[in-house]
Amino acid sequence: MKKYYFDHVATNPLHPEVLEAMMPFFKEEFGNPLSVYEYGMNAKNAIEGAREKVAALVNAKPSEMIFTASGAEANNFALRGIALARQNEGKHILVSRMEHHSILNAARFLEKSGFTVTYLPVDRQGVVDPAVVKKMITKETTLISVTHASSEVGTIEPLREIVAVAKENNIVVHTDAVASTGNIPVDVQELGVDLLSMAAHQFYGPKGAGALFVKQGMRIVPLIYGGIQESGRRAGTENVPAIVGMGRAAELAKAELSARTAYLKPLRDRIIDTMSAVENVYLTGDRDKRLPGHASFCVEFIEGEAMLLLLAAKGIFSASGSACSSKALKASPVLLSMGIPSGLAQGSIVFSLGMGNSTEDVDDLLREFPAVIKRLREISPYAKGWGDREEGGACTVKE
Amino acid sequence: MKFVADVKPDVTTDIVYMMCPMHLLKLEEQIRELEYGQILEIMTDYDGALEDIPAWCEKTGNEFLGMDETPDFFKFYIKKLAR
Repeated sequence: MKKYYFDHVATNPLHPEVLEAMMPFFKEEFGNPLSVYEYGMNAKNAIEGAREKVAALVNAKPSEMIFTASGAEANNFALRGIALARQNEGKHILVSRMEHHSILNAARFLEKSGFTVTYLPVDRQGVVDPAVVKKMITKETTLISVTHASSEVGTIEPLREIVAVAKENNIVVHTDAVASTGNIPVDVQELGVDLLSMAAHQFYGPKGAGALFVKQGMRIVPLIYGGIQESGRRAGTENVPAIVGMGRAAELAKAELSARTAYLKPLRDRIIDTMSAVENVYLTGDRDKRLPGHASFCVEFIEGEAMLLLLAAKGIFSASGSACSSKALKASPVLLSMGIPSGLAQGSIVFSLGMGNSTEDVDDLLREFPAVIKRLREISPYAKGWGDREEGGACTVKE
Repeated sequence: MKFVADVKPDVTTDIVYMMCPMHLLKLEEQIRELEYGQILEIMTDYDGALEDIPAWCEKTGNEFLGMDETPDFFKFYIKKLAR
């Protein structure tokens, strides 16, 4: 059976050239970068080479990039590290409701540790309003964290405007750019952010490699204590093959960025246009300011999980709800925060495209998906509507 | 410990929250860059530096001028004397 991978926000396949770059560091170049002899120096040089490439992808200085083991680690590091480093100036942070769990749960930890967290509301498209940010700022606010682009609904946030508001008040801005880095232009100078998280496997690099951009001169409390790796800011013997792979993936992403976008956008737009025309299927997120390969919907009267399973039976792999919590089986907090009713939010589905998807793949998807919706609606108890009960409750069919 | 105030450093290195032994590695790296007689200021929150930095100065022949304290970190002042 042919397989169709439409879940690139979950992860990307490794680019063959990335694997090639990594291979020596699994084999003969096994040294510890802290060792002073040849093996160590080769590993150290490889890491520093990767650092230059990753920095170039986001227009940062190499010394501003700290390698981590994941995007989630970079997010935890940023939120906790800046909140703690600036706690004498204030203990209030602002976090948007569009954030990944690695930000939301880190924020909850800070709340338990005596910080106050304000969760920024979003509009129906999932956009954070800079004017609202301005209103939420207090004298105690030290940090704002807003995602660059949502992996769940694809919306790209107005970061520059948020940064402008923050800078008037001497507030540090972090952005989770895991979903955007390598997929749309990400320039730390242009965005004006102080910290930015990314993950290699979102741009055809390996899992196990992420990075946090920390603007020069910014103090940050470490998340992992130990030795002097990463200039004494992130301990642990480096995952050299993964870091090397991240470097090569960053180099390829920088070179191919506009070609990738030009390829993915028309495919995405076909999915959005075709599926939006199906009755009771709604696009989630902003129609235009969205990731180039991202098409997300809420399909009314049926469950996301059911769609995933039926599509998977046809070899079509996609996601529902938040990209990495499709097993959590509860309405996505991101969709709820956008004002989508909980019943409708249950019918969330996300197709995220990559360079391995062809026009024919999309043709097949657009043939199979409406058929899956039709079949599920035929057996759905809510096929005739939600009934007179509140959405998300124990709905009964109104005869 | 000798406390000093109003020392005018030629170069300042901020390694607050960076892990041990960054205070010694940065110290060595920065001193190498300085001219004879210039003063380096190192900011660190690592309390091990209270012993390490004066001891390093004594060992390497540089002058430890003293330290200053803020609520969050220490400031150490070192004058380059070793050539």
